Amino acid sequence: MQSYYEATARERIAGILDPGSWHEILPPTARTLSPHLKALDLPVAFDDGVVIGSGALEGLPVLVAAQEGGFMGGAVGEVQGAKIVGLFERAKAARVAGVVLLLETGGVRLQEANAGLIAVSEVIRAICATRVRGIPVVAAIGGKFGCFGGMGIAAGCCTSIVMSEEGRLGLSGPEVIETAHGVEEFDSLDRALVWRTVGGKHRFLLGDCATLVDDRQPAFRSALAQAVRTGEELELASLEREQRTLDERLERFGAYTDGEDIWRDLGFDKPANVPLLATDALIALSKRLRAA
Amino acid sequence: MSAEGPPQGANYSPHGGSAAAELVNEAASGGAAHYARTAPPRIWNKRVQRRALRLERAATRLGARLTGKLVDADAIVALLEEAIEPADRVCIEGNNQKQADFLARALTAVDRGRVYDLHIVQSVLALPEHLDVFERGIASRLDFSFSGPQAARLAKLAGNGQIAIGAIHTYLELFGRYFIDLTPDVALVAAQAADREGNLYTGPNTEDTPVIAEATAFKNGLVIAQVNELIDVLPRIDIPSDWVDFVVQSPTPHYIEPLFTRDPAMISEIQVLMAMMAIKGIYAEYGVDRLNHGIGFDTAAIELLLPTYAESLGLRGKICRYWALNPHPTLIPAIEAGFVESVHSFGSELGMEDYIRARPDIFFTGSDGSMRSNRAFCQTAGHYACDMFIGSTLQIDLAGNSSTATLGRIAGFGGAPNMGSDARGRRHATHAWLTAGREAHRGNGAAPRGRKLVVQMVETFREHMEPAFVERLDAWDLAESANMALPPIMIYGDDVTHILTEEGIANLLLCRDDDEREQAIRGVAGYTAVGLSRDRVAVAKLRQRGVIRRAEDLGIDKRDATRDLLAARSIKDLVRASGGLYQPPKRFRNW
Amino acid sequence: MERLQFRFDGGSRVAAASDACLVGVVASGNLEVLIEPAPQTDACAIEIRTAANGFGDVWQAVMTDFFERHRVGGIRISINDAGATPAIVSLRLDQAIEEFTRRDPA
Repeated sequence: MQSYYEATARERIAGILDPGSWHEILPPTARTLSPHLKALDLPVAFDDGVVIGSGALEGLPVLVAAQEGGFMGGAVGEVQGAKIVGLFERAKAARVAGVVLLLETGGVRLQEANAGLIAVSEVIRAICATRVRGIPVVAAIGGKFGCFGGMGIAAGCCTSIVMSEEGRLGLSGPEVIETAHGVEEFDSLDRALVWRTVGGKHRFLLGDCATLVDDRQPAFRSALAQAVRTGEELELASLEREQRTLDERLERFGAYTDGEDIWRDLGFDKPANVPLLATDALIALSKRLRAA
Repeated sequence: MSAEGPPQGANYSPHGGSAAAELVNEAASGGAAHYARTAPPRIWNKRVQRRALRLERAATRLGARLTGKLVDADAIVALLEEAIEPADRVCIEGNNQKQADFLARALTAVDRGRVYDLHIVQSVLALPEHLDVFERGIASRLDFSFSGPQAARLAKLAGNGQIAIGAIHTYLELFGRYFIDLTPDVALVAAQAADREGNLYTGPNTEDTPVIAEATAFKNGLVIAQVNELIDVLPRIDIPSDWVDFVVQSPTPHYIEPLFTRDPAMISEIQVLMAMMAIKGIYAEYGVDRLNHGIGFDTAAIELLLPTYAESLGLRGKICRYWALNPHPTLIPAIEAGFVESVHSFGSELGMEDYIRARPDIFFTGSDGSMRSNRAFCQTAGHYACDMFIGSTLQIDLAGNSSTATLGRIAGFGGAPNMGSDARGRRHATHAWLTAGREAHRGNGAAPRGRKLVVQMVETFREHMEPAFVERLDAWDLAESANMALPPIMIYGDDVTHILTEEGIANLLLCRDDDEREQAIRGVAGYTAVGLSRDRVAVAKLRQRGVIRRAEDLGIDKRDATRDLLAARSIKDLVRASGGLYQPPKRFRNW
Repeated sequence: MERLQFRFDGGSRVAAASDACLVGVVASGNLEVLIEPAPQTDACAIEIRTAANGFGDVWQAVMTDFFERHRVGGIRISINDAGATPAIVSLRLDQAIEEFTRRDPA
């Protein structure tokens, strides 16, 4: 399976790590099932929708957590959250070059409400704590279900994010916005609109994700390895720099209502064509525009 | 005209007997001269007069809001009130894709005191307005073909007596009746553009407009067209102005439904497997070269396997060259790979316009470069000039009858029965047609005759574990509950030649009697109740004879059936394959 | 949810050193199949948790055919099903047993 978008969590791990290097923690045979789903008489998964373990990424020793979007849209429940937090605990003890999160999630699992919310906040704290210790945490977003809700915040706390054009990153998902504010405000079925608001290309042009790659597993693999190698340490200066960037961004783009407005402001002559540009062409063009 | 004509109601029917017999009758009752003295003279141009009256009435009421044939949009309800009379037969252009939506909406707003009891004749009921006219008491009778999106509401309105359904037709059948006994008095059609004379340009979605306009205009009805734009010079003329009485520019462009776009991302491994079986077990076997595909994901999978799997079997140039088919985006990779010689279409598909324009050797395009898609001709082509129809269905019974009717939904047929029936009037031979005919008639001494391949392709279970094979079709219950003369069977069992499921292919042509046929069907019905109660010995025998063939009998390794075989796995892949010419509707994009 | 259990005897043992393997995802219309070695028995023991209630006889038929196809023993198969059709179930089972036996070092 060459496509990252189509691959399952396990196929992604196989596609990204060095062959034979994978060691799974709490594999399916451990049957760490969600007690909540069982109590609600809903389907469960043997790994509760997240695969965690250690392996080598282009030779770098890394810890990996991969969410399975197919299982409940990748929603985070108590067990899944505990598995991810536990993986970060392991990062304290083990000597690793980085932690890799292959995110695909709609956010908190509604059926596990409070437990899920707490789990996500613990994940966020664990990400920051790991970065403070100088271990980069890099995220990949390129699955069908995108990365939304609390896990969208978690992704924002990572050292860097690798996305494909197909990936989506945001807080409230498109359907949630439409439900809360009406179809006139945001038509979640207008997929082109959805993508120019939360899609990979837009996130890249805004600077929310550091790297944009094609939807191929090897492309994710090398971008993630590069991100681990060059991961910047979390320190006050870098946080302040990021804050300034965000302030400037709000100042410059805050009044716009559509991604295309922002792209035009960034210097794209034909913003309507941005979604049709190949990844390489978009990266090259945005580099030229930034330099200009 | 002639004072010697027989009066209305006289027994002068041309099918009442030979001309000589009628002369005798006439003589016996006193002869023509007698009638001439006692009965008022028949008027022979009542429709012409009626038409003139309506035109005059409309001109008076609209005044300055009518310029030549051009009607102001805000005068449209007034126009309909003058143009239409109670009990008129009105055809609203509701196609599979293109909708005369502005006119349909206007018809719901007419004064019910003036316009009522209409008889609607229409191929597709797609919009809520198409049923609103019945709910509001403006129309009462309906003859149609397809009602997919409105099927549940139609069943309800028919159930409580607000709609009297004449019949559910196939497209060709309904078009035929437009020229026999269902000729419209007023037609409300849609076109892309008009010029100031009233000539119409349909654009690539020609669809039903020519057949409706012709039937109405040449029987002195009124043709009212809504257009997206008024321009000075049309790219080409699809409907000449003297067939058109009024033109109104719609405030918003007419609605077009992208019905034939199937996202390759949704195709399952099981569908890939079935597509492999279809290609190797049927297409290659019969050399199917001229065909029509249904619109489901099953057949989309076949289209996407042509450049990969079929190519690997050396079938390029041997199968699938000539098509009666809407411009399916999933056919792009096969076209680009050189599989396809020609495609004639029933209608267009949103986003395919530029691709079609750039491939005039493949598609039927006008001098302006855009496609023309006359549904009546394509239905004719699909019926008479294709060797195979393959498509999905919802239910199949033990006789092979198949139906998409379910309780509480009157969905209709569309064109499938035209494609999915043996063309008994066909007189030209092809390899596939003759091969199927030989299997069907197996040396029974009859004169040589071919047979159309009619293939039903279904997974044994649909989603939510609904079985595709049943002892009794829901169509029977629906017919009872809605008081229909016929159960709405989409394709009759005696027209079906093959049933293809993930379990295997049943070749019904090779079945020698009804019992064998039933076991052949049970033998591919998988784990449905119908499949589980098969006679295992009989099924094993049928398999030995090649009546039933499993994937392994065809030399297909199920492990090869992965999505990696698809020539495109996403809409974006289709855009790439088209060299950027295909522009998918925004709802199909994920970029 | 419905829990179903099946047990088939008389299959030939898969060599003992096989690792467990998991195929599929608990997504709508799909399922996961976990195969583990059960060296203390010759049986093929199957446990299913399914979201579609009332299809016990269909599962019985699918599992019987699966066992007839492969006749493997000494294994435990666990399934979490989210409404997969029998065709998908059979496919996943075949994929799982193939992967399980491929991993077999013997």
